[in-house]
Amino acid sequence: MLSRRNPQLNAHGELIHLLSIEGLPKAVLTQILDTAGTFLSVNDREVKKVPLLRGKSVFNLFFENSTRTRTTFEIAAKRLSADVINLDIARSSATKGESLLDTIANLSAMHADMFVVRHGESGAPYLIAQHCAPHVHVVNAGDGRHAHPTQGLLDMYTIRHYKKDFSGLVVAVVGDIVHSRVARSDIHALSILGAAEIRAVGPKTLVPGDLAQMGVRVCHDMAEGIRGADVVIMLRLQNERMSGAMLPSAAEFAKSYGLTAEKLALAKPDAIVMHPGPINRGVEIDSGVADGAQSVILPQVTFGIAVRMAVMSTIAGNQA
Amino acid sequence: MSNLSLDAEALYAELLGGVRRLLEPQSVLVGIWSGGAWLADRLQADLGRGGAAGVISSTLHRDDFGSRGMAAGTEATKLPFAIEGSHILLIDDVLYTGRTIRAVLNELYDFGRPASVRLAVLVDRGGRELPIEAAFAAARVVLPASHKLRLTRDDSGRFDFSVQEQT
Repeated sequence: MLSRRNPQLNAHGELIHLLSIEGLPKAVLTQILDTAGTFLSVNDREVKKVPLLRGKSVFNLFFENSTRTRTTFEIAAKRLSADVINLDIARSSATKGESLLDTIANLSAMHADMFVVRHGESGAPYLIAQHCAPHVHVVNAGDGRHAHPTQGLLDMYTIRHYKKDFSGLVVAVVGDIVHSRVARSDIHALSILGAAEIRAVGPKTLVPGDLAQMGVRVCHDMAEGIRGADVVIMLRLQNERMSGAMLPSAAEFAKSYGLTAEKLALAKPDAIVMHPGPINRGVEIDSGVADGAQSVILPQVTFGIAVRMAVMSTIAGNQA
Repeated sequence: MSNLSLDAEALYAELLGGVRRLLEPQSVLVGIWSGGAWLADRLQADLGRGGAAGVISSTLHRDDFGSRGMAAGTEATKLPFAIEGSHILLIDDVLYTGRTIRAVLNELYDFGRPASVRLAVLVDRGGRELPIEAAFAAARVVLPASHKLRLTRDDSGRFDFSVQEQT
């Protein structure tokens, strides 16, 4: 019989895998954000390393390429003193026909303690978590269009860092929402942490219709979506996922939904601008805004390392 | 509850005297989170020393991380002075197995190489599992392993000890 328990939590309600933000208790998210704060200060030490994962092997399994996310996971694991093994699965056994679970079984035989998984198919990290040994932990580093929970958490850390509290915040998520696992993770996290208003802003073809059921305000007009916002999260226009004619052109999208200084002026004067990267300058965001005083895009990257350290040390310390 | 009673305020007065004798002009106080940090704060004020005492956390170097996991709600280490070449007086409420002190020494070394480190505690309850001793203890007691000795601080800053028997 299938258990009704969230597969990410053990019987004590502690996090053992991070697969999705959806369904996690607020206390779990808050503890990760608090722990990340502790790790951020590790950067100020003479020895920028702590021994929490000493003797553990972390396997980075990237079935899809991502330089930034893989690198920040690698740095995070190394700062925790883990041994890190990077597998460029996209160019190895999977192309020889080995199944995902056979790959996992082989890597488990090499004494893996943690898998950090990015996969083009939604649900692949769940499948791995269900089939790996009880002492092995799984972190979803992005699966299909489904979830990118560590990005969601680092976005929450960034917002909390600059805005302190979620309760009064208006947060606009702008752009290609339908293809974005970042948007989905952000929206779940914002709603769990109690943001006052979450807006999904974009053209009809790129904003899923069912978002309103999640309490999200859908805006197809950019000015309406941005006006009075405390936080503006711009999403990358995902050219590589854009199969079929969902948009007339990138230039057309930029004209209506690209973030310029004029459009940003509609948000609160102290609004922050975020972007998960990599940015398409001149498409979803103007250079002047990306490099401007309200942009916190680079701090997001720095916070991302501390948040990933917090996630890995939290799950590694909990038993299945 | 055990019938052992420890007057934490009286012991604090002893600790204040002990620390005064141990301190050299260039020494700095570092309290071990959480009880030791409360003590170091008050010592810093009562000794008329300027600036804040340091706070150090054992969390990132604990040897029981594998079984206990990350501790929630722990304050991060804050050392508002250079550690390299400094003379450090660590303050803690209870000295027991010595494992917290071992973790704290590792934490300290992540910030630099101190010239010397000494330890002063409110209560030494014996039961050491590592070769670590305090330079000053305001009291020495013997407690069964099943008893947990905890320092508490009320809103007015007064200290109290609670002894709980663990089941």
